[in-house]
Amino acid sequence: MSETQSSAARAPSSGFSLFYYASPQTFFPLAGKLLWPCWIAAALLTLAGLYIGFFVAPTDATQGDSYRIIFIHVPAAWMSMVVYLAMAFWCAVGLVFNTRLSFMMATALAPTGAIWAFVALWTGALWGKPTWGTYWVWDARLTSELILFFLYCGYMALQAAIDDPRRADRAGALIAIVGAVNVPIIYFSVKWWNTLHQGASVSLTAAPTMATTMLTGMLVMALAAWAYTIGAALVRVRAIMIERERSTDWVRKLVSNGDSKA
Amino acid sequence: MKPRQKRMALIGAGVALLVGAVALVLNTFNDNMVFFYSPTQVAAKEAPQGRTFRIGGMVQEGSLQRGEDGTSVKFVVTDTAHTLTVAYKGALPDLFKEGKGVVAQGKLDESGLFTASEVLAKHDENYMPPEAAHALEQAKKAQSTVVQ
Repeated sequence: MSETQSSAARAPSSGFSLFYYASPQTFFPLAGKLLWPCWIAAALLTLAGLYIGFFVAPTDATQGDSYRIIFIHVPAAWMSMVVYLAMAFWCAVGLVFNTRLSFMMATALAPTGAIWAFVALWTGALWGKPTWGTYWVWDARLTSELILFFLYCGYMALQAAIDDPRRADRAGALIAIVGAVNVPIIYFSVKWWNTLHQGASVSLTAAPTMATTMLTGMLVMALAAWAYTIGAALVRVRAIMIERERSTDWVRKLVSNGDSKA
Repeated sequence: MKPRQKRMALIGAGVALLVGAVALVLNTFNDNMVFFYSPTQVAAKEAPQGRTFRIGGMVQEGSLQRGEDGTSVKFVVTDTAHTLTVAYKGALPDLFKEGKGVVAQGKLDESGLFTASEVLAKHDENYMPPEAAHALEQAKKAQSTVVQ
């Protein structure tokens, strides 16, 4: 990567307040300030969610205690889809407006999304054995979620394989945007086709088919997953900003001041 | 048109085309996307003939018969419209129960008996404590006696 290129890519002076934080220079301190609230919220919500999930929520009538997988499995599966859509969104914004920060956001989100997809698949397999009688079946829901995991891996691998970050961003953006088609397929797979995976217990259009305390535990865990995801993405995007903008004045100033929190 | 709007239109058109293409492909492969066939589909001969496929539905109440050897079982799978008798030799999953969902993989013979090589329990999307399930059952029973 040539130094002239990255300094030439400096954002024009930010006029609108809406786009004020669109430049790495101004977003860096904001991201730093948001970090601690995210971590604290994630920790507290996880503790509360796990407590409700393991001590307050009752045993399920048919599944016994193995149903308690939902307190991790469902939030992980939700986040794997949400993070992918967020990633595709930032990639699209980056392609249209040529903003550097958008691509950095997408890059920062990918590993967390991949972890969520993996956790969803893995916990699902562990639950599937005692419940269904098998770890894995090739039904539409499981297969499309596996494809999502591969899309994350493909995005990260492609980006890492191209040295020029601008070209890497554009190539990765293509995977991210094309792959976004898979997300509604995952979500609606249990409706469109016969699957071994059960239908949605919680949806925007119908009353949840779960006991209230079970639902509460699951939603608290989902909020914890949100907080963790945002925190993890911010840490990563700060690191990416410093790495990519290392030849710019603001990073030099930051490093020489030795104040990474500024 | 500014270059920015051009790019936005390009991406929008690309995604729209892609969604259309995927919809067409999924629609074409619809038959291959189903994990199992229902007894009604089997009765209508929509299920593949002469090769292995899966059927799914509810295990009919009171239909489970255990063989003398202790490992072979027979049960009836229903989707309330049609039924199918399934023979299976092996351990059933823990959640296998009469009145609950089941998916079985196997072959259909000429006499209409489905010989399964694998039986999986299909869980539904309802989660409730045992007391609530019990109350629900009681209410169902009470209702059915009233109807009779």
